[in-house]
Amino acid sequence: MVKYLFLLYGTSETLPEPGTEEFARMRADWDAATGAMARAGVLIDCAPLQPPAAATTVRVRDGETLLTDGPAAEIKEHFGGYTLAECADLDEALKWAATLPVAHVGKVEVRPVVQVVAPAEQPAG
Amino acid sequence: MFRAHWWAAVAAVARQVGDLEVAEDAVQEACAAALAQWPADGLPESPRGWLIGAARHKALDRVRRERRRADKEAEAVREEAPSHEAGGWAAGTDDELALIFTCCHPALDPAARVGLTLRAVCGLTTAEIAAAFLVPEPTMAQRLVRAKRKIRQAGIAFKMPGPADLPDRLGAVLRVVYLVFTEGHLATRGDALIRGDLCDQAIRLARSLAALLPGEPEVTGLLALLLLTDARRDARLSPAGDLVLLAEQDRGRWDRAMIDEGEMLVERALRLGRPGPYQIQAAIAACHSGAATAADTDWREIALLYGELIRYEPSPMVAANRAVAVAMSEGPAAGLVILDTVSGDARLARWPQLYIARAELLRRLGRRAEAVAAYEAAVALEPPAAERAYLARRMREW
Repeated sequence: MVKYLFLLYGTSETLPEPGTEEFARMRADWDAATGAMARAGVLIDCAPLQPPAAATTVRVRDGETLLTDGPAAEIKEHFGGYTLAECADLDEALKWAATLPVAHVGKVEVRPVVQVVAPAEQPAG
Repeated sequence: MFRAHWWAAVAAVARQVGDLEVAEDAVQEACAAALAQWPADGLPESPRGWLIGAARHKALDRVRRERRRADKEAEAVREEAPSHEAGGWAAGTDDELALIFTCCHPALDPAARVGLTLRAVCGLTTAEIAAAFLVPEPTMAQRLVRAKRKIRQAGIAFKMPGPADLPDRLGAVLRVVYLVFTEGHLATRGDALIRGDLCDQAIRLARSLAALLPGEPEVTGLLALLLLTDARRDARLSPAGDLVLLAEQDRGRWDRAMIDEGEMLVERALRLGRPGPYQIQAAIAACHSGAATAADTDWREIALLYGELIRYEPSPMVAANRAVAVAMSEGPAAGLVILDTVSGDARLARWPQLYIARAELLRRLGRRAEAVAAYEAAVALEPPAAERAYLARRMREW
């Protein structure tokens, strides 16, 4: 099994206002898509993110921590949420990614997660 | 002598270790070992079994070595994968299909899919593939390494797609075979107009696929299309190396055996009642190969077939080809009307064939100045050298 992080990209224009009928429909579509993933046993976690304006970018250079207000890259489509899933292979991950509502109005980048062994579990030597 | 076994050997080892790079290297080493051993010991009873056994041994050795290095980035061998050890090497055709479907996976860069297939399935060396596509060898090597890394890191499984995905995924595989052929048939790069080695390679691939997937009419259709097209190879170039138009080709130089096989295959495919773009293109090619002279060509049928093809491939290229067929059956004016509906399409702006077709129709209508302008537009797009020579000749002939 491989863990895949779905990076959800959209523009603020594609998001409906909370309280509207479209917003309710979007929530329902999300619940349906992630509900299906949960029932299939592939969903580990998922969440939307606060808007890019709430982001702070951190860089450490020469021992000095540099903070920048805003996201790391200024692009029209912003990274707005994530879904973490565990799938048998890429085909399965791509299939689930295509069921997310954001895939229809924005994009979903599917990135395999590197399996890192926790320090305590590392074999000695 | 090893190329006949390459596909099966790489497939068997890749399935077992889950890594294409390791599998290719191991099979390469096994071939080298065979070269040293067979002349002395005699040919093994099953050369393929010998190669797979030796390659598997080398691959597992390497995987174990790499694991011992405890390199945290080295991915572990997929031990849960079923081992073919007990069943022997004959595990077979499922692995071969899994390999080509993996090489042509839609998550891979399209340019890399062609290279990967030529390397892992056809057994061409990186140098040969680089030469075929006229890119420097390091560039091609890097492209292949990157694609193989993606297969490993992204978790693209060595397996046949499920029934629901098969039509799309098979389309991607056939596309790669078709691209290998067209690169050879009408070389877009370099000065040679036809590169027969690539045509042969594509036909061999299509033939193997047709044997592996006998129930898929589009596979049979693609094989038929390639055979019917390649049958004209010798007649397509003049002794001076110029392109010879279909209408002006010496039909006696067409390869009759290839045509007979192609016609038989396209009929067999169409009888299955699941038509598709390759079957229709093969049927169009059969309309040409069945005509004793250019004047006998059934252009009405060809125009109808292009009309069908548009339903599968609604591209301006297909519409332009239909326009030419209509021009041949109903006259240049009728063809020009259709051609003008697509000639504004941005996708055709850099397609010399559009201007060549336009020029030919205008010429037949006696609209000389416009015809010359269209020929010049085609030349300005810098088509391959032999095609340029044809255009220059065509303009001189007024």
